[in-house]
Amino acid sequence: MAEGNNGFEPKIIGFLCNWCTASAADLAGTTRAQYPPNLHPVRVMCSGTVDPVYIIKSLLSGADAVMVGGCHPGDCHYVSGNYKARRRMAMLQNIFESLGLDADRIHTRWISASEGPEFAAAVREITEETRKQGPNPLSADWAL
Amino acid sequence: MAKSATLTVKDGQIRGSINALLKDLLDKQVVEAILVPLVHPAGNNVVQSLVTNPEYLEQADVFAPVMPVNAGRIIQAMTRLTPANKKTAVVMRPCELRALVELVKLRQARLDNLYLIGIDCPGAYSVSDYPKFAAEKTSDDFVKAAWNGKEDPMLRAGCQVCEYPVPLMTDLTIGLVGQDLSKELILIASTEKGEELLEGLGLAAEDKSDAATKRETAVTKLLDKMKGIREKFFEQTKEEIGGVDKLAAVLGPCIKCQNCRVACPVCYCRECFFVSPTFELEAEKYLGAAEKKGAMRMPTDTLLFHLTRMTHMAASCVGCGACEEACPNDIPLLKIFQLTGTNVQKLFDYIPGRSLEDELPPTAFKEEELEWIGEK
Repeated sequence: MAEGNNGFEPKIIGFLCNWCTASAADLAGTTRAQYPPNLHPVRVMCSGTVDPVYIIKSLLSGADAVMVGGCHPGDCHYVSGNYKARRRMAMLQNIFESLGLDADRIHTRWISASEGPEFAAAVREITEETRKQGPNPLSADWAL
Repeated sequence: MAKSATLTVKDGQIRGSINALLKDLLDKQVVEAILVPLVHPAGNNVVQSLVTNPEYLEQADVFAPVMPVNAGRIIQAMTRLTPANKKTAVVMRPCELRALVELVKLRQARLDNLYLIGIDCPGAYSVSDYPKFAAEKTSDDFVKAAWNGKEDPMLRAGCQVCEYPVPLMTDLTIGLVGQDLSKELILIASTEKGEELLEGLGLAAEDKSDAATKRETAVTKLLDKMKGIREKFFEQTKEEIGGVDKLAAVLGPCIKCQNCRVACPVCYCRECFFVSPTFELEAEKYLGAAEKKGAMRMPTDTLLFHLTRMTHMAASCVGCGACEEACPNDIPLLKIFQLTGTNVQKLFDYIPGRSLEDELPPTAFKEEELEWIGEK
């Protein structure tokens, strides 16, 4: 456990592309790669299907961080879905930054189906970073 | 290059001279209809109206300082199903034209048979403030006092920090900036359609006139000045609304009526997510959600609504301020949306309403860009 936030266990919602990152998650599981249980995965058909509203809703409803996982740019199963996701993620982070909200609770990772260890490492990194950040102030506020 | 012609201001009457010009457009059958703001018979508003009988153009008042709705929306309503079947001139403010260009790119409006006439825009007052102005002054008084260095605190929030008070994409511009308004205005044709209008009116168009050069210099100066005003405005806005607590306070008065969404010219979805059945929930869902936090504001999802709207239309926000005008509780929505909108537009080097060729950022991509997304 990290210092400072005693007993705080981050809750992270992951929107994972069926063809790449969700398969990498499976691979991480079957190869018994170790990573923290803080990620709650939601399998989506493409990172390009993730409307920012899902990310915002997660952050307003109890998530301390959100991870969107897709195929590497250039490798999208649907040709260009992740390129569009990349623009959306950039836009969403930019909006959070403009408003002084925590843009660094919004993560994107390009992880292919064969990258089980990379998936485990990404979840470890994001969990540790979120642990340091502490609870998400957006999800604690009842009046938003 | 753009051709321009001079419009003489007869007897010092700017409004009268422009109305005569518009009347000419119909009389000489250059166009068959004109969308133009007419003074409401009650005198308390000036409303965009579709005119086919030239007599009504006596009521036209294109520079009257009031913009009840963004006319981009009006063209959308008119041309979404079918394009205009008659030559129609539309007289619009720069932010209205920019919204229209965005709507065309979003396939919500069509420009076929439309002749875009843009005005150099000295700004507008709120619909509720306009009658006070109209009781004492005329649009000619307003235009003559505009850009004289004094700031007008009664102007709508959007107009006070307007980035482009001059048209970006138009066929013909009615130019005021840098002109001696007691004598003449300048008409600038930036397209073939614009030249067609000048020709039809029998106005001699020149390639390069003194008046055009004067306007160009004055426009550069005006845009520079607005840039300075905007930089200060963004700094202040960040101070005022930055962070969860301040943002929550600013949105405290929100009743989620969604008037801002309805008034927004570029928030175009036929079926908005926020009026969809997604938000029709069983009582147990509400009670369950409330239990998580111990208390939950009702109606729910006010911040979600505004943030989501931003992610959907920030790239196309033209800063017209219709959102703020529509808010029953005076939430400074223009500030919030201009701050986020401008930054998103900078990110993609996009200027909404500049041209039909620039691709809408959320629908396009480049293979090599935004490399920091996806990295630790």
